[in-house]
Amino acid sequence: MPDYETFEHDVLVIGAGGAGLRAAIEASAAGVRVGLVCKSLLGKAHTVMAEGGIAAALANVDERDNWKVHFADSMRGGQYVNQWRMAELHAKEAPDRVRELEAWGAVFDRTKDGKILQRHFGGHKYPRLAHVGDRTGLEMIRTLQDHGVHQGIDVHMEHTILSLLKNGDRVVGAFGYERERGRFKIFRAKAVVLATGGIGRAYKITSNSWEYTGDGHALAYEAGAELIDMEFIQFHPTGMVWPPSVMGILVTEGVRGEGGILTNKDGKRFMFESIPENYRAHTADDEEEGWRYCQGHKDARRPPELLTRDHVSRCIVREIKEGRGSPHGGVFLDISWIKQKLPNAAEHIKRKLPSMYHQFKQLADIDITEQPMEVGPTTHYIMGGVRVDPDTQMSRLAGLFAAGECAAGINGANRLGGNSLSDLLVFGKRAGEFAAKFAKEHQHGNVDNDKVDTVAREALAPFESSAGENPYMIQKDLQETMQDLVGIVRTETEMHEAMKKIASFKTRAEKTGITGNREYNPGWHTALDLKNLLTASEAITRAALERKESRGAQFREDYPDKDERFGNVNTIISKAADGSMEIRMEPLPEMPDYLKQVIDENR
Amino acid sequence: MNVQFKIWRGDANGGAFREYAAECTEGWVVLDAVLDIQRTQARDLACRWNCKAGKCGSCSAEVNGMPRLMCMTRLSELPLDKQVTVEPMKAFPIIKDLVTDVSWNFRIKKKIKQFKPRPPDAPDGTWRMQQEDIDRVQEFRKCIECFLCQDVCHVLRDHQMHERFIGPRFLIHVAALEMHPLDTENRIEELRNTQGIGYCNITKCCTKVCPESIQITDNGIIPLKERVVDDFYDPLGWFWRLLKKKADRKDVD
Repeated sequence: MPDYETFEHDVLVIGAGGAGLRAAIEASAAGVRVGLVCKSLLGKAHTVMAEGGIAAALANVDERDNWKVHFADSMRGGQYVNQWRMAELHAKEAPDRVRELEAWGAVFDRTKDGKILQRHFGGHKYPRLAHVGDRTGLEMIRTLQDHGVHQGIDVHMEHTILSLLKNGDRVVGAFGYERERGRFKIFRAKAVVLATGGIGRAYKITSNSWEYTGDGHALAYEAGAELIDMEFIQFHPTGMVWPPSVMGILVTEGVRGEGGILTNKDGKRFMFESIPENYRAHTADDEEEGWRYCQGHKDARRPPELLTRDHVSRCIVREIKEGRGSPHGGVFLDISWIKQKLPNAAEHIKRKLPSMYHQFKQLADIDITEQPMEVGPTTHYIMGGVRVDPDTQMSRLAGLFAAGECAAGINGANRLGGNSLSDLLVFGKRAGEFAAKFAKEHQHGNVDNDKVDTVAREALAPFESSAGENPYMIQKDLQETMQDLVGIVRTETEMHEAMKKIASFKTRAEKTGITGNREYNPGWHTALDLKNLLTASEAITRAALERKESRGAQFREDYPDKDERFGNVNTIISKAADGSMEIRMEPLPEMPDYLKQVIDENR
Repeated sequence: MNVQFKIWRGDANGGAFREYAAECTEGWVVLDAVLDIQRTQARDLACRWNCKAGKCGSCSAEVNGMPRLMCMTRLSELPLDKQVTVEPMKAFPIIKDLVTDVSWNFRIKKKIKQFKPRPPDAPDGTWRMQQEDIDRVQEFRKCIECFLCQDVCHVLRDHQMHERFIGPRFLIHVAALEMHPLDTENRIEELRNTQGIGYCNITKCCTKVCPESIQITDNGIIPLKERVVDDFYDPLGWFWRLLKKKADRKDVD
């Protein structure tokens, strides 16, 4: 075996967004040595793009809020296939995690009496999102980053992990490369935390950056952990649609939280037409009540624009399909109309939604204080991921933990806006805490040198032929396939077609060719990321085929209704002994009576 | 529309501009063109990018000689009858093509004293702050760490004083901490000494390139300079520090 540079940490955290940073901070505070690997520079992870806020029942704006209401909201939003224990821990612990950020220097917007301000968001009964204008993610990642760097965490920036290393059934480290020189590195660790985010790059229209190639999903799967709920992908209702180069860039739900309305080309506010039965009691009867809700009137109920993301996305798709869309294939999202209601509307919008104002002005020549935006659904988030123990975040492999988007369970079939940032904090902390505990109880394991050699050899294969397949083109073809065949509206025929195509992409991906050398070579990186993207895409498609019903983010045109046979099961994916992908259904854990009661009380 | 580009290709050992043509469509930003060239003509063309929406500060480069975020620079605002030049930031060592070694920035940040809040205001461990008291700090905290202000600052770019001056980005970072209503730390002495605030002669180049429109000089650096002056050239302040130092020394004894 060549002599690879080797690092030793007690806990290795892979990924430095909100979950990874929070895990690293917690592990470090527990007194173990922590290494943090990130694909980009520190502070650039996707968390930075989160806009609307962090959901936590602080009850600063509405004193009726508490963890029970938040729990019930999250379960309802997830269509009751969430892991109840994760939803419970999340609702209970989120307020402390937010207050902790303030102690570390975060500067949230304030209420009149000087507390952390909270705003309305889809599916949340009360104003619950702690926020900083529309740049909450930046505030969160910067706070964690600035706090973390003073804790003695070793940060390995611009590194990518290719494989987890195992000693028997235990995960004992990871093997990867650094971008700058393309050199391979071994990271030995007593415990490993995956916090790699999502899979957005499997789709053509996405709010996710190049990094989100399902690395943690694929690393865990290959090592022998299980993935659950992979069929549930959140298509955020409002992404930009024009000009084409910005298609998919996120337009925060905060626009609707501040009173923004969705209209079709006839100027009709179409969301009032289709309010799901289980939300009718929580939804405004008319436009006036909806506006009063956004203005903080406690007797008013939410406007239908603030229904859950899965539902709003489907309504938008319907409007477009039936010919009532906007000129560039979206619908209109209008916040400028509030000038009829507020004296200083333009200033108010700029203060509440500064980066949206800036984004549309600069990229689309639209002044959102004067004109409506054009928006349409964009691939935003995957509810599915590594199956973990709700309390410790450990996977079924000893020493392997996962947190944040790459882990699963809290969100069920659909995530509520704002629950992601709180998920990162709550379960990032737990993963860090229990990974540190595990590390203290175990010694370093042995590294399998043959495995390392195999991974290194395979990783270098694309250099053997510059005439091989262009990795960017395979990625593009995959993105189009997933977008068209495993998107918002799914059918069995189309997904079988997708499976065939994914198989052909796998063959092509084995023959990629790249030019240049190993130094900072994005072509090479794309070729390596493809493997993970293909694994994730196959898992998504298999799970979506298996769930023969429509629930939350999964909408099957051939099974358009909910089916109770699927109402209490999760799809579980794992790697079979022969190397093929195996899928099975497993019943949800039985919810204890006290939580059933909480749900009943909040119907 | 066919647009001609001149992109710098090379590494620490040297390099040169290479010419590319790209078929650009409506609304394209410079980053669209660079990624298209990467996909179709130069698979190994190195550049950093992430959010493509001006929020992460990864794709900093110099477009037609101006420090810009490639993702927020529309082609339509550039003169396209001439070649569009794209080159890496000049204040930092080159790694490859458009990618520079910005690790110095991360080392500097680590040296700045971290946030240290006063004891909580309420028994439940929380604080109270009025919005008007945090508006300024929130302005500074909009910084996306693109380091364009560092790139354009002549103290760093032309005089390479990276060891004696922390640059506008970190002066703003210090300002955000110093003006944070809850913070109790004092960072004035290092500002004057190791962090070299005196080297800034307020040419405001940093403010001009800031993609977040932070008023770096007027709202951040100048007030900090005033604090330094108040602390160090005010005889009462000087006397007070002398006493404090003596007291501190006693503590150590």
